[in-house]
Amino acid sequence: MAENENKPSTATLRAYVMFGVLALIWAYFHWSTDSIFLTPRNLANLMTQMSVTGILAIGMLMVIVSANIDLSVGSVLGFSGAVAAYSLSVLDVGLVPSIALSILIGMSIGFLHGTLTAYFNIPAFIVTLGGLLVWRGGVKWLLGGNTVPIADESFKAIGQSNLSATAGWILAALALAGLVAIGFRAVRSARKHSAEGVSLSAVALKLAFPASAIVIFIAVMNSYQGVPVPVLIFLGVALVGVFLTTQTTFGRYLYAIGGNAEAARLSGINNRLSIVKVFTILGAFTGIAALIFTARVGSSAPDAGTLKELDAIAACVIGGASLMGGRGTVIGACIGALIMASLDNGMSLLNVRDFMQDIIKGSILVAAVGLDMYGRRHA
Amino acid sequence: MPLLEMNAIAKHFGATRALDGVTLSVDAGEFHAIVGENGAGKSTLMKVLSGVYPAGSFAGEIKIDGQQQRFRTVRDSEAAGVAIIFQELSLVPEMSVGENIFLGREPATLGVINWHKLYADASKLTRDLGLSIDPRLPINRLGIGQQQLVEIAKALSQDARILILDEPTAALTESEVETLFRILAALKTRGVGIIYISHKLNEVFQMSDRITILRDGKTVGTFDADRTSKEAVIAGMVGREVSDVFPEGASKSGDIAFECTAISAHRLGEGRKVVDEVSFNVRKGEILGIAGLMGSGRSELLMTLFGAWQGRRSGQIRVSGKPVTISSPKDAIKNGVAFVTEDRKRYGLVLDQTIKANLTLASLKRTSDGFLLNPARESAAARASMTSLRIKAPSAESIVGDLSGGNQQKVVLGKWLMTEPTVLFLDEPTRGIDVGAKQEIYAMINRLAAEGLAIVLVSSELPEVLGLSDRVLVLHNGRVAAEFNKNDATAENVMAAATANA
Repeated sequence: MAENENKPSTATLRAYVMFGVLALIWAYFHWSTDSIFLTPRNLANLMTQMSVTGILAIGMLMVIVSANIDLSVGSVLGFSGAVAAYSLSVLDVGLVPSIALSILIGMSIGFLHGTLTAYFNIPAFIVTLGGLLVWRGGVKWLLGGNTVPIADESFKAIGQSNLSATAGWILAALALAGLVAIGFRAVRSARKHSAEGVSLSAVALKLAFPASAIVIFIAVMNSYQGVPVPVLIFLGVALVGVFLTTQTTFGRYLYAIGGNAEAARLSGINNRLSIVKVFTILGAFTGIAALIFTARVGSSAPDAGTLKELDAIAACVIGGASLMGGRGTVIGACIGALIMASLDNGMSLLNVRDFMQDIIKGSILVAAVGLDMYGRRHA
Repeated sequence: MPLLEMNAIAKHFGATRALDGVTLSVDAGEFHAIVGENGAGKSTLMKVLSGVYPAGSFAGEIKIDGQQQRFRTVRDSEAAGVAIIFQELSLVPEMSVGENIFLGREPATLGVINWHKLYADASKLTRDLGLSIDPRLPINRLGIGQQQLVEIAKALSQDARILILDEPTAALTESEVETLFRILAALKTRGVGIIYISHKLNEVFQMSDRITILRDGKTVGTFDADRTSKEAVIAGMVGREVSDVFPEGASKSGDIAFECTAISAHRLGEGRKVVDEVSFNVRKGEILGIAGLMGSGRSELLMTLFGAWQGRRSGQIRVSGKPVTISSPKDAIKNGVAFVTEDRKRYGLVLDQTIKANLTLASLKRTSDGFLLNPARESAAARASMTSLRIKAPSAESIVGDLSGGNQQKVVLGKWLMTEPTVLFLDEPTRGIDVGAKQEIYAMINRLAAEGLAIVLVSSELPEVLGLSDRVLVLHNGRVAAEFNKNDATAENVMAAATANA
């Protein structure tokens, strides 16, 4: 009907709004912390803090887009981390096998959850609610209720070390080269298929923002101790997430399944297989996040990762994902995670009491979604 | 004094004027049809009248019995005697007939429901409508036609004086339509004013006292039904003269493209066969129509052949003479079978996604490099499809949910043509789309057949089946009841076979 006029792309609009909100939060904290918040040191901390939630949120986003949910990632993170710590410190199998084992365990659990959801028709909510209990129980069983410390310095480096300044700039150069390549490819293929007015300058303008962001980011990180390794891993996972969701048939199928499962099935898509895949990917990401988490803390504790699933889901939702499926972007989830981490970090700097932090974060989550719904209705 | 007057109604959404000075007047005991293409403003006008859009969100006045009305909610309009039956029924599928009729108005003392009275009243209401159903039966056990009658019973239980029906017969069989019309005629004699929105001009002329035509949010005019003609109404709706509703296709049939033998399907967990030993074939360039009443197994047959039936099934299929196994839609697509499903919003489209993403959904591998999407190639394919099907939209990146029904239907058609099929199944390809778009789809169907595609057409609109098909297969209770070639396929013959009176 005539009710739908031409709107500017709502996704683009939403991205601008989220950057605006983030800028506001940062400005406020910078002002209220007497200019501590936006120092290189704090920004490096902030990014390191967000890396675990960010990685989980990227996997969670894909699951949510397919109209599923995973409540178990906190427990799975704890379990994968415990497996890494146990195999490293107790079984002493060596660094690389421990890392591989942790990721493999995450993937296997994701595969199991996906299979139960897709092929046994148990709702993901139930499967992963069960998983939340089962894998938390698994952690306690494996660790015997104790905290297992890690002595291996190279393992701890995953969570605690930084890239040298030179390595940082090499990375920046590679990223910029990548951007230029993407730009050229876009222009060339647009010319080949005579698309609507894509000029070199327009593409250059579009890439100017990410390019300057990369340079500023590396410069800021290098002016403290260099790019933290967890942040590097997070950025790598984000790149994989963006690639999977926007550049592959698999990603396209996820949006179709979440948007209209029946239409997807009748279009010849194997919905079940896609769901198993997406849970397995989330599992792998959870394993990676577990390594960072365990390495940062330097030990594996029975309660490691508790409530992390809610942070991840909140990041996705703040980033514009719909729990009904079919909507959401990896970039949005990352910004959502950054907003959540900024709140944590800023409130800690301000010495806001623990309980108050929870109350504020909870309220912001609900308010963000409320505003989003309001905006959608009045768009 | 007219029962209902709507004067100078105007409503806009952002910059779009949905209604622009619409005037409507309905008398007590009048059957008043509103016609117009999709997007003409019919549904918006009815939402204004029924309080879906509250007073203040539109301009103009509404009077009932000469009294100015300001509806803030649907409840206000119901209290004033306005009842609307939407295109998409608003019943709760898991609840019983009685619970649905009295939803929100349960006979209760201090919040405790008097179930005895509720079911007794529900039973009386349904019997008055000539419905013999147990009011304790859940709605999802009823057919769509019966559900519609339950909606009407619900409206009557609220002493509706103005009854609005939005495309009520879209999903009904001929006999259900007859029942509905009989009931509406009876309501007229009780003084109920009926506002009837429909694309089916035969029905409009059969039942109406007056016809109001809307176009682009404006009233073209109100006419006495017996003093105007179908041609004049169509011209008023589209703003131009429309020739031949069914263009003559050049029927040159070739080799057998698709053949199925002894196809049967059982409903999940039931012994009953919904499709019972059906066999047929279609040749290249041929349009085979499948007619039958609701529940005769038409859609179920297509679902089974497409590998999408979720119950037990059996039978053999040959495509281009080669035996194939089709146990999933993926197999079907691979073997050259495409299926434009009914109910595009439910089965056909991902409404939140772009035209491009929907068009390529069933054939994404073709425009991709394996696992990797190829955006340029995909866009080019989507644009080509939009041009050849004349899909009207700002760009291939437009969201499908924002398109009109006709354009949405073309996107579904385009999606399946992109799979380069040998045989194309069409299930209700023109339901709920306007006259202009219908004609375009008919022309496309004929063109595709002329290009050598074998087409199987299922439709509950008999004129459509008769007008397009080279041959007509009639199903009754899941079995082939009769087969007619074009010359013998008259409405009388087909209906007789479909109702097993042959």
